[in-house]
Amino acid sequence: MSAPQTDGPRASAAPRQDVQALARDAQAPTADTDLVIDARHLSRSFGSLQAVRDVSLDVRRGEIYGVLGANGAGKSTTLRMLCGLLDPSSGSATVVGYDVAKHPEEVKARIGYMTQRFSLYEDLTVTENLRFYAGIYGVPRRTRRARVDGVIERIGLGDRRKQLAGTLSGGWKQRLALACSTIHEPPLLFLDEPTAGVDPLSRRSFWDQIHRIASEGTTVVVTTHYMDEAERCHRLSFIFRGAVLEAGTPQEVVARRHLRVVELDVPHGARGAADALRDDPRVEEVAPFGSRLRVAVRDRDPGEVARHVLDPLGVAYENCGEQRTTVEDAFVALVHEDERAHTRSQEPAP
Amino acid sequence: MNRMLAIADKELRQVSRDRMTLAMMVVLPVMQLLLFGYAINNDVRHMPTLVLDDDRSAASRDFVRSMEVTGYYDVVGHARSYGEVERAFRAGSAKVAVVFARGFAEDLLSGRGATLQVIVDGSDPQTVASATNTASGLAAERGASLSLRPVVPPMRVEPTIWYNPELRTSIFVVPGIIGVILTMTMVMFTSMAIARERERGTLEALIVSPVRSVELMVGKLLPYVAVGYVQITLILIAGHLVFDVPFRGSLPLLYAMSFVFIAANLALGLVFSTLAKTQQQAMQMSFFFLLPNILLSGFAFPWEGMPRPAQWLSEVLPLTHYLRIVRGITLKGSELTDVVRELGWMSVILVFFVTLASLRFQKKLG
Ligand SMILES: Nc1ncnc2c1ncn2[C@@H]1O[C@H](COP(=O)(O)OP(=O)(O)OP(=O)(O)O)[C@@H](O)[C@H]1O
Ligand SMILES: [Mg+2]
Repeated sequence: MSAPQTDGPRASAAPRQDVQALARDAQAPTADTDLVIDARHLSRSFGSLQAVRDVSLDVRRGEIYGVLGANGAGKSTTLRMLCGLLDPSSGSATVVGYDVAKHPEEVKARIGYMTQRFSLYEDLTVTENLRFYAGIYGVPRRTRRARVDGVIERIGLGDRRKQLAGTLSGGWKQRLALACSTIHEPPLLFLDEPTAGVDPLSRRSFWDQIHRIASEGTTVVVTTHYMDEAERCHRLSFIFRGAVLEAGTPQEVVARRHLRVVELDVPHGARGAADALRDDPRVEEVAPFGSRLRVAVRDRDPGEVARHVLDPLGVAYENCGEQRTTVEDAFVALVHEDERAHTRSQEPAP
Repeated sequence: MNRMLAIADKELRQVSRDRMTLAMMVVLPVMQLLLFGYAINNDVRHMPTLVLDDDRSAASRDFVRSMEVTGYYDVVGHARSYGEVERAFRAGSAKVAVVFARGFAEDLLSGRGATLQVIVDGSDPQTVASATNTASGLAAERGASLSLRPVVPPMRVEPTIWYNPELRTSIFVVPGIIGVILTMTMVMFTSMAIARERERGTLEALIVSPVRSVELMVGKLLPYVAVGYVQITLILIAGHLVFDVPFRGSLPLLYAMSFVFIAANLALGLVFSTLAKTQQQAMQMSFFFLLPNILLSGFAFPWEGMPRPAQWLSEVLPLTHYLRIVRGITLKGSELTDVVRELGWMSVILVFFVTLASLRFQKKLG
C-alpha cells in the first residue's frame, strides 16, 4: 500500500495558503445537478432529546463527503435516516434518486453501510462473513464465490480466510467490515466512524482505500470525530449538538474562520504561558503539545500577539513560525463562537 | 429465496459453533426426561366420564348420580359400545368409563353381589388412582343401601386400565416432555438469536440490507425447526430406551402435528425478540412464558384437576393442545380425526402469533 499523499496536520509545517493542495487525493466533482443525496431539514427526536435538528446535506456523485462531530453530535442518527433505518421526525431526503421515506427498500438495495460497530459475525470466519453479506445483498450464487475470493485477496486477508472474525485485530476487522459493506458494489457507501479505535497506520491505509473506492466512482459518506480526517474529504459538514454548524470544502471551512496559527516552543513554564495566552481576548485557542504551544488568532499576526502577551511576563520562548491552519483549528474556533453566542443569548437582558 | 437461504445457512453455522447452545439442545431434553420421570401424584376431580349402561335400571342410574355427586366424575355422555369408549379416550373427551352389564340391578337386589366395571385411561396414571379408589368407596357405601339382603360385598368395582396397565408415570410424562422442551427451546432460542443480533449491532446491518422482513424471519427460524425435530426424535428414542415408553400411533402424523406447534412457538419467540433489547431480557421473557406452560398445560398437574379459570387460561397455551395430541398419538394411537379439534385450536394460536410477530417485526430501528 502506498503512503498517503496528505500528511497529518501536525507533521506539516506548510503555510495556510497550501490548504488547497490537500484535496489533491482526488478531484472533487463539481456538477451541482448530480446529487446522490439531497437531504432537506432532517430532524429526529428521541423522546424529549432532539438528536438531529434541521440538518440539510447535498452530496454529489463520486465525492467523499465527511460528516464531522463529537460523540453524541448526531452523526449516526443522521446516517440512519439517510439509509432508511430510522424515520425522521420531520424533513425529507432523496438518496440515490429515491425518497427514503417512501421507497426505503429501493434505497437499501443501492447503498452499502458500514455500521459504527462493524456488524461482523464474530463466530463466523472471514469467508463466511463475506459470503453471508453477498447472500443477503443478492449477489447471484454463481458469481458469489469468485466475488468473495477476489475481495479477500484484495484486502490481503488471503491467509486468514478460515479465521473467526472475532479473533481478528481491530485493523483487520475494519477492513473486513468495509469489504462486507461493499461486496455488492453499491454506488453509494456510508461509513459510520470507520476509523474509531484503530491505530494510525491502519487509519491511513483505510483512507487510501476510501479514496480508491471513490476513484472507482462510488460516492462515500463518512462520519468521523478525527478532525485530521476531515482534510481528506472533498466536502464536509460539521455537526454540533445535532445541528450543522458549517459546511463546505475543507479550504472554505478553514478560510471562513480567518485564523492564523503560530507554534511556540516554551521550554520552561509552558502551562503558565498557555493560561496567559488563553486569557487574552485576541487569542482563539491554545493547544499544548508537550513544550510546544499552538496558538490560533483571528485576523492578526499571531507572532505579534504572542509577543505582546508573553514578553511582559518574561517567559522565554522560541517562535517556530506560522503554521498551516487546519480544519481542527477552524472547528475549535467555530465551537467557541457557537458557545459564546449561546451564553450571550441565555444571559438576561440588561 | 437466495437471501433467505443465506440467512438460514449463517444461522446454522452459528448454532453449530456455539458449544453451549448445542449442549443445551441435547442435554436439556435428556435431563428433563430423567428429572420428570417421576411426577407428583395428585387428587384429580372432574374426570370426564362416559356411561355404558346395558342394564338401564334404577340401580344403575342411582349409582351414576351418586358418582356425579362426589365431584370426581363429570358425566359427559353415554356410550353404546366399548368401541365408542375407545374413540372417546383416544380423542381425550373422556378419561373414565363406568360399565354396567345387563343384570346389574338383579344381581344387586338378589344379593348375589353385583359387579360394575370402571375403565380408566391409564396413560395418565394420576387419574387412575382417583377414579378407581373413589368408585370403590362409593360402591361399598351405595351397595349397602341398595341391596335388600346384606351380603359382603354387595357391590364390587372391577377396575380396568387401558393403555398403561402398569400405571407407569414415566409413560405419561415422557411425551409431555417433548412439548415442554420444544416450548422452552423454540421460544428461547429464536428470541435470543435476534436479541443477540440487536445486542452486537449486526441487526442494523441486516435491516439496512435489501432482505425482506419475511425472508429475514423465515431464514432465521428455519434452522430451529430442524433443531425441534431433532429434539422430538431424541426424546422419543431416549424415552423408549430408558423408560420403555411405547409408541402406538403414527410417527408421520406426530411430526406433521409438531410442525404447527413448533411454528407457533417460533412465532412467539419472534414476538419476544421484538420486545427484548438484550439476550438476557429475551431469556427472562422465555422463562416467564414457560412457567404457566408447565403449571397449566396439564404437564405437571392433571388438567382435569385444575380449577375452571385455570383451565380456560390454559386453552390459549399451544402446549395444552399439543400435549393432548402428543399423548394421544404416542400412548393411545390417536389418529388425525381424533386430534383434529386440538389441531384447530393450535392453528388459531399459530395464526395469532404470526400476525402479532409480523406486525411487530419491522425493518426499522427505534
Ligand atoms: N435509539 C435511540 N434512543 C434514544 N436516544 C438515542 C437513540 N439513538 C441515539 N440517541 C441519542 O441521540 C444523540 C445522538 O446520537 P448519535 O448516535 O447520532 O451520535 P453520534 O454523533 O453518532 O455519536 P458517537 O460518536 O458517539 O457515535 C445521543 O445523545 C444519543 O444518546
Ligand atoms: Mg455514532
